[in-house]
Amino acid sequence: MASPKRLKIALIGNPNSGKSSLFNHLTGLNQKIGNFPGVTVEKKSGTCTLSNSNIVEVIDFPGVYSIYPRSLDEQIVSEVLLDHHSENTPDKIVVVADATNLKRGLLLLTQVIDVGLPTMLVLNMMDLAAKAGISYDIQMLSKKLGVPVVTINARNGIGINELKAQLAKPLPVPEKKVFSIWDDTKEPVRELRERLNVDNDYEAYLFLEQPRSLTFLTAERKKIVDQIRDTHQFFPGKFQGAETIHRYSFIQDLLNDVTLKAPDHSWKKKSNQIDHIITHKVWGYLIFFGILFLIFQAIFAWATLPMDFIDSVFASLSNYVGSVLQEGPLTSLLAEGVIPGLGGIIIFVPQIAILFAFISILEESGYMARVVFLMDKVMRKFGLNGKSVVPLMSGVACAIPAIMATRTIDNWKERTITILVTPLMSCSARLPIFTILIALIVPDQKVLGVINMQGLALMGLYLLGFFAALGSAWVMKLIINVKERSYLMMELPTYRIPKWSNVGYTILEKTKAFVLEAGKVIMAIAIILWVLASYGPGDTMSKAEEVVSQQTQNMRLTEQAFADRVAAYKLENSYAGIIGKAIEPAIKPLGYDWKIGIALITSFAAREVFVGTIATIYSIGSVGEDETTIKVRMKEEVNPDTGGPRFTPAVGFSLLVFYTFAMQCMSTLAVVYRETHGWKWPLIQLAYMTVLAYVSALAVYQIFS
Amino acid sequence: MTRLKNVSEMKPGEVGIVAGFTDDHLSVKLMEMGCLPGAAVRFNFTAPFGDPICISVSGYELSLRLEEAATISILN
Repeated sequence: MASPKRLKIALIGNPNSGKSSLFNHLTGLNQKIGNFPGVTVEKKSGTCTLSNSNIVEVIDFPGVYSIYPRSLDEQIVSEVLLDHHSENTPDKIVVVADATNLKRGLLLLTQVIDVGLPTMLVLNMMDLAAKAGISYDIQMLSKKLGVPVVTINARNGIGINELKAQLAKPLPVPEKKVFSIWDDTKEPVRELRERLNVDNDYEAYLFLEQPRSLTFLTAERKKIVDQIRDTHQFFPGKFQGAETIHRYSFIQDLLNDVTLKAPDHSWKKKSNQIDHIITHKVWGYLIFFGILFLIFQAIFAWATLPMDFIDSVFASLSNYVGSVLQEGPLTSLLAEGVIPGLGGIIIFVPQIAILFAFISILEESGYMARVVFLMDKVMRKFGLNGKSVVPLMSGVACAIPAIMATRTIDNWKERTITILVTPLMSCSARLPIFTILIALIVPDQKVLGVINMQGLALMGLYLLGFFAALGSAWVMKLIINVKERSYLMMELPTYRIPKWSNVGYTILEKTKAFVLEAGKVIMAIAIILWVLASYGPGDTMSKAEEVVSQQTQNMRLTEQAFADRVAAYKLENSYAGIIGKAIEPAIKPLGYDWKIGIALITSFAAREVFVGTIATIYSIGSVGEDETTIKVRMKEEVNPDTGGPRFTPAVGFSLLVFYTFAMQCMSTLAVVYRETHGWKWPLIQLAYMTVLAYVSALAVYQIFS
Repeated sequence: MTRLKNVSEMKPGEVGIVAGFTDDHLSVKLMEMGCLPGAAVRFNFTAPFGDPICISVSGYELSLRLEEAATISILN
């Protein structure tokens, strides 16, 4: 009987145990590894061919310290370990432990052994252990634990073949148990095993201990567990500490027997010396801000070239398609909707790749944990976590990768707040709007002889966004009322040279996730916007050329100028134009007219669309999209009510403030949807940011005018 | 009886032995991280604003917030 079902192999281990590196070796698929605790929160799986040429599925689980979860991410591990005889049950469990820090790894191993699934142990980082003067009697260790033990070095792949050979052999359920349940709990456990047919005592005991990890049970069966817990007055968590002590005393005895040379207990000196500089009150922050500066420079400087290239490729592609294919709505959709939409996704790839290259190097080297350590105290005051620093800083480049980076925060409330406020950090897409509006309303003068006023205004907007993020976080901290204790309790891993293939895997994985997941939504909205901007009620669109040629009969326009006017006429009479006029009453108090209204609507897709839309509306064709000409046109645009210029300083500042605060980026909303698994938080985010933007812009306009 | 000293009151470089915990909920997590009664802890250094702190325990470096460290009683 050939079973089509592939064997499932689960990788479980402490954070920083090199589990993800092993996963990369086994599957060759892309997976993140970092020194930053909790980096792998999503279930990652891949296939691996064993030495008997069987293909198995390997699943990488989040790093955990114990079978008792500390956060929602970690809960998945206990859920899988407790859910026996289902299609999710792993056929083999590989517990990965750091040989330089075996004690903690064995705590998890003994828990997994007691749960009663086929288990084996992989000792990783044997080379580092040997350097530290530690070696183990592997045979004795295997015999005493009752599970097979394989030693590997996941960084260079030593021992992987031995592991594959071991995995090809049948793996029995461990016979030895480390911990027998307390006498007080025997009765409820016996009853539970009888009624729910649970495999063994420890598994049943954990059913009682972890009410929240039982999501796989049917409501009916869960009710039985709750009933038993009630009738026997079993309080979850009561015995957990005692169990941990019991296990560690077993582990200490075990280590005394199997350790060939005792580790040198002089406290690790080298990492400590580096840390004295890295976490120094002056040098620490200087180094941190220096690294940040380098990252932003890299993102702005290095990404520009590929971004411009992508931009021009898609522009010429869409021109080419438009000219080669027959004219018609389908061609127009392709050339003006689909291709620019695709371009709008791909253009972010260089920034995302560069940002994640840096983040991954910082994580791999162990530096990221120190950043968290440096910033935790400050961030906590605002309802955030030390771990929020990375997403907030990344947000200056682009909120999309920044929000993806919040997965490392294990406290739900702190993570949600971080996601909600990150888009207030001024991202690079705001830069085109900022530069053109500042150029329009702030004089190009120097104050105190050296400081450029325009540069000052730009910096002011970045600071405004940063303080708005902190302020909003503080308000949300008061509003979101969740009883979940926040911990730091984080390992400061030893400094290491990054493993470059892992950096590469990270870049690939993050970019792919962005293009595929967020891309779908960006694409959809790009097409909707195209429809709104290209169609209008009745036959106004088809008659556009006729009407414009009548209007401009005596003006002797060049072909280009004529085409621009037609485009402007079409936009004015399109659905987007109609909507722009419809919302005019709402934006009039902010100083905007319907033309700016259209730009507000189209730039909901992405902020940078604002400049392009304004350009189209003010009859500047996409051919000469040179910011000086747009600037000139904007300067000359007259407000019919006052007879003065449309873009007064009041309107300009109002727009600047609006774009600093407004959530004008559907890609970000798409990512927030993906990261929070629902529409609740993206909608809340959209609402609060829009309100904040509207009210602030209103206030600015009223004050300045 | 005098109150036992706790980890948050240690000075950089000071070494102590974990005697017990004052917070049941946190103690469970701390023990899982290798902070066991009887284990030696060394106070390494603090972050610039005095919080969080870094200690060595069970052969590795652990960072803790002061409020977490204050729940670990020590003998020294």
